[in-house]
Amino acid sequence: MTASWGLYPSITTTPTYFSSESELKAQLAAAPHAIPRGLGRSYGDSSLGEAMLCTTRYNRFLAFDTQNGHLTCESGVSLAEMLDVIVPAGWFLPVTPGTKFVTLGGAIASDIHGKNHHIDGAFSNFVTQFNLMTANGQVLTCSRTENAELFWATLGGMGLTGVILQATLQLKKIETAYIRQRTLKVPNLAAMMDALETLAKVTYTVAWIDCLSRGDALGRGLIYAGEHATREELPPQLQATPLTLPAKSKINIPLFFPKFALNTLSVKAFNALYYGKVRAKDSTAIISYEPFFYPLDAVLNWNRIYGRTGFLQYQFVLPPETSKAGLTDILTRITEHGAASFLAVLKLFGPGTDQFLSFPKAGYTLALDFPIRDGIFEFLEVLDARVAHYGGRIYLTKDARMKRETLSLGYENLSTFATLRAQIDPTHHFESLQSQRLGL
Amino acid sequence: MNTQKTLYLAGATSDMALAIGREFAGQGWNLILGGRDPQALEPIRTDLEIRHNIQAKTVLCDVAQPEKTIAALEAIHPAPQGMVCAIGYLGDQKKAEHHWEEAAIILHTNFNGCVALLNAFANQLELNRNGFIIGISSVAGDRGRQSNYIYGAAKAGFTAYLSGLRSRLAKKNVHVMTVKPGFVYTRMTEAMKLPAIVTATPEQVAKDVFAAYQKGKDVIYTRWFWRWIMLIIRSIPEKLFKKLSL
Repeated sequence: MTASWGLYPSITTTPTYFSSESELKAQLAAAPHAIPRGLGRSYGDSSLGEAMLCTTRYNRFLAFDTQNGHLTCESGVSLAEMLDVIVPAGWFLPVTPGTKFVTLGGAIASDIHGKNHHIDGAFSNFVTQFNLMTANGQVLTCSRTENAELFWATLGGMGLTGVILQATLQLKKIETAYIRQRTLKVPNLAAMMDALETLAKVTYTVAWIDCLSRGDALGRGLIYAGEHATREELPPQLQATPLTLPAKSKINIPLFFPKFALNTLSVKAFNALYYGKVRAKDSTAIISYEPFFYPLDAVLNWNRIYGRTGFLQYQFVLPPETSKAGLTDILTRITEHGAASFLAVLKLFGPGTDQFLSFPKAGYTLALDFPIRDGIFEFLEVLDARVAHYGGRIYLTKDARMKRETLSLGYENLSTFATLRAQIDPTHHFESLQSQRLGL
Repeated sequence: MNTQKTLYLAGATSDMALAIGREFAGQGWNLILGGRDPQALEPIRTDLEIRHNIQAKTVLCDVAQPEKTIAALEAIHPAPQGMVCAIGYLGDQKKAEHHWEEAAIILHTNFNGCVALLNAFANQLELNRNGFIIGISSVAGDRGRQSNYIYGAAKAGFTAYLSGLRSRLAKKNVHVMTVKPGFVYTRMTEAMKLPAIVTATPEQVAKDVFAAYQKGKDVIYTRWFWRWIMLIIRSIPEKLFKKLSL
């Protein structure tokens, strides 16, 4: 059985693994249709397919220039492995998502974004080049100057252009492994958006929203804003070894939670506690990068909280001009529907790349989790229509269920992507359950 | 980090050798990676250097070319203090029963090739009166079983070789350790259905090997329970054993 992070859908086939180009080439030739897969951290069916070419044994570091921060790795190296190597040397990931358990190949295929999107843009901004094995087994070097169209189509291309082999990243220099975090308690959506815009010069910002609060408190929540701490900002006892973090144990969720564990009441209680736990309206602390960027990584297998039936993650972005009306509308519908969303994360994006399938674009993005329950698919179709109405788009990496019409309303470059794909892979050798479902 | 310490990994493309190499690299050891195709070892070399902040080199190590392999070993300066010999080829027992060529490759890879390399390295260490050898043999060498006795016979020979070598070098401050792994999930065993409860990962084996090396053990089974499994298997009377389908 194979499924991705949302545990829905699941299929009976299992991935094959390769550790060299020649092994990959043989596996690729043997399968009429295949899709690359990394750690399986996309949520839905993006990396599920007839055959899955798993990169996790193709995971060697190839070059690390500690002077200028250029890092070259094979595509199966995870961001967690990179952090272990680069942080002690004084470098950091230029863009990181909310989990470090994704591979380099997956980060490129999803053109991932992080808490600094409004300042630094998406992962693509820091990928200087990569090698790609295309459908016919040929290996092409892609960069902004060489095979540039294929380069941009692959960034956010969901693995449909080929298998990324090796890639080079430009890392970000850091003085310490710590973040100076500011936490703001915000009473409603309008205040939330004002605060995020006021904080637009801060490198990292993200907001957690209690999406069960109604009326005047609709959109209340917490904003986390952070900057890499300088050495002087650290407490004296940490200044001697500013780049090393103390080892920490992890919590595991060893079992699937039963269905009744998570309902509107328990989520409401959790959210109230979470919001209530923060007393001060505005507080600052020095914390290590782990809890700032990867709070949920401390709980292994947290996806099991939703039970065996799994959950759907729903992430969309709305343009700036419709964000306020759109978010109010959508949050109101969620609170009225009572579909318990454990996590709701709001983030202000900067301009996107406007290339092919890359998700981020200017405006507000909201990400929500919904456990799979009766009626949830229908409800999300209602939300799809609202997102489309406000000119938004839905993130493919999180998707397991949207319809073709929704996709085409959100992504303007679908036809250029299809044209390019027809040139390099006319038989759709690379195909996922998602690309079949969406006619990508 | 002690930059003086260097370990030679013979058969460096094997999953077990690599895992053992990572254990040593984690303790600051520099590595020499010996394999048939040094160019193919390049990503492994860079990976070990970058992850562990050590120096790693590649070198030709090919049982089909013992003279070249020994010359390459002797050309390494400064000479490595230790060697992990993880050269191995499981082969196809059925094929080997009917085609001498397959049997010859199994015997040559698992025995002759290792002996050629270790003879040369042992002489170096004996001269220096310092160093160690870790030979990866197998539980398959403890008793010939119908399912893999040609491989088992080569490993039995290798176990005997290591035992004699240990005795010779013990007087010269050189330690020889015999490692007998049971089932391990590696590329060698990828096609086999292994019982999960007694099958180890290469990382578990590597931890056992490193711990045993630090304690100066002579012979280890890994995982530990294989000592007891093999004790039982060895004590089955031949009259009965020949009727079993092990």
